[in-house]
Amino acid sequence: MKSDETRELTRTLYHVCESLAPMSFMEVCGTHTVSFHRTGVKSLLPDNVRLISGPGCPVCVSSQGYIDAACAIAEFPATTICTYGDMLRVPGRNGSLQEKRAAGADVRVVYSPIDAVRLAEDHPEKTVIFIAVGFETTVGGHAAAVLEAHQRGLDNFCLLASQKLVVPAMMALLDAGEVHIDGFLCPGHVSVIIGPKAFVPVVRTHRKPCVIAGFEPEQMLRGMIQLVRQVAQRRPQIENIYPAAVKPDGNPTALRIISDVFEPADSVWRAMGTIPMSGLTLRRKYQRFDALYRFDIEIGPDYDPPGCRCGQVLQGKVEPRDCPLFGNECTPTEPIGPCMVGSEGSCAAAYKYGRDGTRRVCVSDDGG
Amino acid sequence: MMRRLIAEHILPRLGNRLLNSLNDSAILEPTNKRTAFTTDAFVVQPLEFPGGDIGRLAICGTVNDLAVMGAIPTALSLALVVEEGLPMQVLDRILDSVAETAAAANVVVATGDTKVIERRNGDGLIITTAGVGEIRDGLNFGHHRVEESDVVIVSGRIAEHGLAVLSVRNGLSFETQIVSDVAPLNHLVAEILDSGADVKFMRDPTRGGLAGVLADAADDSGLSIEVHEDSIPLSSAARRTAEIFGLDPLTVANEGKLVAICSAQDADRVLSACRAHPLGRHAALIGQFVDEQPSLVELVTEAGGRRVIQRPYGEELPRIC
Repeated sequence: MKSDETRELTRTLYHVCESLAPMSFMEVCGTHTVSFHRTGVKSLLPDNVRLISGPGCPVCVSSQGYIDAACAIAEFPATTICTYGDMLRVPGRNGSLQEKRAAGADVRVVYSPIDAVRLAEDHPEKTVIFIAVGFETTVGGHAAAVLEAHQRGLDNFCLLASQKLVVPAMMALLDAGEVHIDGFLCPGHVSVIIGPKAFVPVVRTHRKPCVIAGFEPEQMLRGMIQLVRQVAQRRPQIENIYPAAVKPDGNPTALRIISDVFEPADSVWRAMGTIPMSGLTLRRKYQRFDALYRFDIEIGPDYDPPGCRCGQVLQGKVEPRDCPLFGNECTPTEPIGPCMVGSEGSCAAAYKYGRDGTRRVCVSDDGG
Repeated sequence: MMRRLIAEHILPRLGNRLLNSLNDSAILEPTNKRTAFTTDAFVVQPLEFPGGDIGRLAICGTVNDLAVMGAIPTALSLALVVEEGLPMQVLDRILDSVAETAAAANVVVATGDTKVIERRNGDGLIITTAGVGEIRDGLNFGHHRVEESDVVIVSGRIAEHGLAVLSVRNGLSFETQIVSDVAPLNHLVAEILDSGADVKFMRDPTRGGLAGVLADAADDSGLSIEVHEDSIPLSSAARRTAEIFGLDPLTVANEGKLVAICSAQDADRVLSACRAHPLGRHAALIGQFVDEQPSLVELVTEAGGRRVIQRPYGEELPRIC
């Protein structure tokens, strides 16, 4: 039985934690954030283990200026914005993409960037802009879409790119030193692409344990056990407990495609400011697929909506419930900050699965 | 044209003494029982999906809303809004399905209407139904009757309607195809009530899924509910499909399941009655009311942890029924 295994692992976790000082571990991936909540594993953690959610939700870390740029482009004539559903509802200074759509802009939800390429091919009269947010996991798809558009000779497809790289963000958090972190539960999906060695700087420079884990309860519990063991033994290292998916060199094919199309660049993260070489930009030969270049606009300054503490939430400085808007003015149906919008956002997960989200929302009808 | 549609396509399939008169109203005989009265509109896309179609859905939706109130459905109305261009073969198949489902539920379509509208969004067909039923004697349903230690029983595997419709809509095909559970529940309800169990509340977990029904029950009773994830009936195909869509199966619509609340002593009666019926084979006791404040629904997960089950937020839910 699976539940027997998790019970056994929970016992082991309590055993290894016994008589240790309080520890704080950060899960860097939004999928981990949600999985800890959804599977109830978060509730199983011993009292001296604190789990901090990091900047792992792609919607949440996109700067407010980026949202505004997306909304601005939506208002250009003859444009079609293609986006993943989550981005639709993030409020910007002048409304959200959803509101732009209601006002007549052509904004569509797609499941993959290739869908946007197809749309561009079918509608040569339109310029199709794909809202490209995400970490290394999704960047390969963005690169493949650009190559596809290039091969098909499409000049009406482009990306509004705000892709982020995980390791520079982890380093920035540690460099800033404002949040105490004893180790990282490293993202399984991202590691499939970048491979375990990508975390070397974290261990070498800051001597913090890094354990790569999958998303099932057993994986997450094992990950926590190994983190605690590393702390107890004071032997920080990179451990890959998800070898079925994460290979020593990551995914070289995906990495090659990504590096063919993009190059590292400084990137603005919500509330964290510009982190050197923490994002990607299109290489010069693919510049015509860059929406900023094509529409000649710039990403404006980052800012937080008034009262919103998403910026601190995504750096692990405060818990969602510490934000005065959480569950009051800011709910999943009427979000103010992106952490309440993104399906992987810390606030959305805490609201949906936690006891903090006790202010209930009504479903619009009970129709059969 | 309309006369031909009614004479050649509708009456041959649905005709009965009340409908055949084609009067402006059907006249129902008086009864000494309380009457339940309900209405619903159906806009599902695609019109035909694995396990059912909009016609079967319309009949079942209304029959089930009556049945879970403890009413025996007696007569339905059926209004068809047909978009120009809907192939006649499709309409015929859906009318066949209406007839077959109504017969299975032992209910007549007593009155109806048909409108043909110009071609618009390609919806093809919208159906509105209303229904009346006689409430059985001696029933007393209501959340106010729910007490600590009462139990929650679900009549079978959840989430199959919503996932079946979403799968076909998104062009997903699987080795094990998920089939909608859409079915009339009135006979199953009769078996449960005939078992002598004192059922305190029933609801069919359609839009909003099991989570919606449980959240309502907690809110309205003022108690909390502890639900055990490993006892919730869910096929492995449905579990996998929900994962692909990023959906929590607890929030996905059902169209042939019911949730019943009764005392712990009566649980076996309800479960036996369910399991003896083809639609209730996988019935299970999934949770229990506890007197904990604030009142909420808590899931004891398969991993042994705990988390809250929230009422699903409207906007997360695709329109599928």
